[in-house]
Amino acid sequence: MSHEVALNMHDVAHEGGHHHHEESFVSKYIFSMDHKMISKQFIITGIVWAIIGGLFSVLFRLQLGFPDTSFPWLEDILGKWAEGGKIKQEFYYALVTMHGTVLVFFVLTAGLSGTFSNLLIPLQVGARDMASPLMNMLSYWFFFAASIVMISSLFVQTGPFSGGWTAYPPLSAVHEMSPGSKHGADLWMVSLALFVVSQLLAGVNYVVTVLNLRTKGMSMARMPLTIWALFFTAVLGLLSFPVLLSGFILLIFDRNIGTSFYLSDIFVQATQEILPNEGGSAILYQHLFWFLGHPEVYIILLPAMGMSSEIISTNARKPIFGYMAMIMSMFAIVVLAFLVWAHHMFVSGLNPFLGSFFVLLTLLIAVPSAIKVFNWLTTIWRGNIRFTPAMLFALGFVSLFISGGLTGIFLGNSALDIHLHDTYFVIAHFHIVMGVASFFGMFAGIYHWFPKMFGRFMNPTLGYIHFWGTIVCAYLIFWPMHYEGLAGMPRRYYDYSQWASFKQFGSLNQFITIVSIVSFFLQFLFVFNFFHSMFKGRKLTNPNPWNSNTLEWTTPIDCGHGNWPGEIPEVHRWAYDYGKDGVDFIPQNVPVGENESEAH
Amino acid sequence: MAQAIQSDVKWWAGGRSPFNMSYGKAMMWYFLMSDAFTFGAFLISYGTIRFSSNFWPDPNYVFNAFPFMGHANLPLAFVSLMTFILIISSVTMVLAVHAGHKMDKKGVEKYLLLTILGGAAFLGCQAWEWTHMLTGEYITLLNDGSLGLITTTTTGNPYGPTATPEAIAAALQLSSHEQLVSMVNLIAHETHQNLDVAAMSHADLINTVKNTAGLHVNHVGPSLFGGLFFGITGFHGFHVFSGLVINIIMFIKTRLGHFEQRGHYEMIEKAGLYWHFVDLVWVFVFLCFYLI
Repeated sequence: MSHEVALNMHDVAHEGGHHHHEESFVSKYIFSMDHKMISKQFIITGIVWAIIGGLFSVLFRLQLGFPDTSFPWLEDILGKWAEGGKIKQEFYYALVTMHGTVLVFFVLTAGLSGTFSNLLIPLQVGARDMASPLMNMLSYWFFFAASIVMISSLFVQTGPFSGGWTAYPPLSAVHEMSPGSKHGADLWMVSLALFVVSQLLAGVNYVVTVLNLRTKGMSMARMPLTIWALFFTAVLGLLSFPVLLSGFILLIFDRNIGTSFYLSDIFVQATQEILPNEGGSAILYQHLFWFLGHPEVYIILLPAMGMSSEIISTNARKPIFGYMAMIMSMFAIVVLAFLVWAHHMFVSGLNPFLGSFFVLLTLLIAVPSAIKVFNWLTTIWRGNIRFTPAMLFALGFVSLFISGGLTGIFLGNSALDIHLHDTYFVIAHFHIVMGVASFFGMFAGIYHWFPKMFGRFMNPTLGYIHFWGTIVCAYLIFWPMHYEGLAGMPRRYYDYSQWASFKQFGSLNQFITIVSIVSFFLQFLFVFNFFHSMFKGRKLTNPNPWNSNTLEWTTPIDCGHGNWPGEIPEVHRWAYDYGKDGVDFIPQNVPVGENESEAH
Repeated sequence: MAQAIQSDVKWWAGGRSPFNMSYGKAMMWYFLMSDAFTFGAFLISYGTIRFSSNFWPDPNYVFNAFPFMGHANLPLAFVSLMTFILIISSVTMVLAVHAGHKMDKKGVEKYLLLTILGGAAFLGCQAWEWTHMLTGEYITLLNDGSLGLITTTTTGNPYGPTATPEAIAAALQLSSHEQLVSMVNLIAHETHQNLDVAAMSHADLINTVKNTAGLHVNHVGPSLFGGLFFGITGFHGFHVFSGLVINIIMFIKTRLGHFEQRGHYEMIEKAGLYWHFVDLVWVFVFLCFYLI
């Protein structure tokens, strides 16, 4: 008989009524190795970053909406960056750059998959904790270090990095290019290098936990779709972040030790000199960047897809439609995500013939995406829908994913993209499909799993106001941008009133700015709801408040480190037995009855 | 073998690790997969730049030195020795893992020590090679049209296309007095002549350089050669160094009997996976920089 390797080291410690030793404040709340606490650390850091990143967008929207007005209070808070109450050009670009970086990496990557992978993977697959709790803790602290470095870059004399979140050279590779290309850029790169380390530590852990630490009976084909989505997210991150790291290392060399990977003998306006470099290729950086950059879109989106699937099925009281199709379409998205990066580079001088392959592969993504959308719609079809705030946000996610995804079909065509590239059409497209949609997935997840995290409910009334306000604002902000973009209004301009052809959009830009400010302050309803409910929310009495099937609801409300006080439950069925044989729900740990029908 | 996988067991049904592989070992595999992408990105960048360049230095010419052999022309001899050392250290690592399976503490210690020595020797060789390239001066036809001495750095190197005698003659007229002095000093040193360089006139200096038999002068080479070489071999060297640290920690833990108490030497296996990966990457680096 072959011996089997010990599956879960934490198991050994917990068997036989092992008692917890008293934990100090530091080991319980700060340097905690409990995945549930780490997920709370991720979400709270993510919320702080979301407020900062959102504030950046409010500030630059002020400039876009009211280019001729001066706001004296801006000078009070921003000092020399807004002399005379008008945001300076350099600072405008820094704000745009920081908004993108913070939202994409710190909020929608770390704050979203960091939070929910940590919370849900061990609980839903039936594990005591992550495979390596230590690496898990380190992953948060590397993220924290990255955050500190990024925040400190806001306060350097020459200002934060201003070369765009994509950090294309030469703007990012030469100190003299602009004020924001000086120390701000160095700190930005160090911060993101730390961030990549955090992602790799986390990703290895998530993948191994899903594959190796599933409880008895939890075969791959019985895993909830959240776990599949978070698993695919981790795989994407594991294979794409290293390439970004390589790209950044070469960029840091170019900046600081005089190599020429991305630089050639170009003329620099600011110094009136020709660079001493030769032979490098700025396009090489774009390839390396977008090899991460495109999968990153799905790193952001897949967790929202997985959580929405789970929440929609639970709240429609119906099994998810097309479980295997959902998994296969996510798998197809993962594979295609690695093969479409050059569709961000149609105007970089890419060979049009090569471009046509990227067009084809990009448009192929529409197939799995459409399968998912139809599966969500057929899941709610004739369901007994409970419109909880989480359910509304999950449905909002589907709505935004459809309306944002459709414009992706436009942009995936190189012939159209050459016209639409770098216009507000692109801004509208990606903000709806991966920005706001992922935020909706995240909100859905928070409203749904808040009781699991804190043992209390969030206030549903505030949740409803938050949902309706946000979805209306999201469409009011981004819908008009499609028209501006089609009319040729480019992104990344400081002052549109300088062009006669863009003057016509002045009042529309004002409108967008006003709505975006309203929507920013609306989010404080959520922030208030979150922190207030943490301490004052209605207490949970039933450990399974949503009558859900998945394993996380089989633990006690305050389950402590180790999740289940006794044995880890065994799994006998998939996660979606809602309304089967006339029974409202049958949790995964309930054995299959004698007379139970075979069909799902 | 104790870890053979039974065919009738449902390895993926939950409750056990697929392939009977512990999560720690699986983690190492996934990390290595991810690290392979890091190196992959570097080597693809290397290929992109190299094959879009008009000229690339000939490795047989660049890597022809050997420690203590003076100016003997030994193309790729030293790097072959380095590669051999690294591959042998992989063999000793396998033997250490094997000894671990047999719970042979003495064997693990012996072979780990040999692996550590191999890794350290490799790093030493790399240090010598880097020093040789960073300090070895060559007479080169510079971009400003003069002749001068340069070494291999991230901004330039003496490995460009060969300069014609006419170009050299023209360049000598443009060279400054200091440049000529330094070149003649180098020639005197290399040919073991006793020249009173300080007393020589400008024309004497020019004639000395011109009349040196077998003088080989190149244009400045593509500056990216140095950046890619130091960047990628440096990144690999950093991996060897961290592998060395891991192996030293493993050696100390074996010595202290930690694994014997634990009942298995799996940590040695994980360190071994990493070590083999670092060796494998070297094979690709070797191929890219030295063979093609």
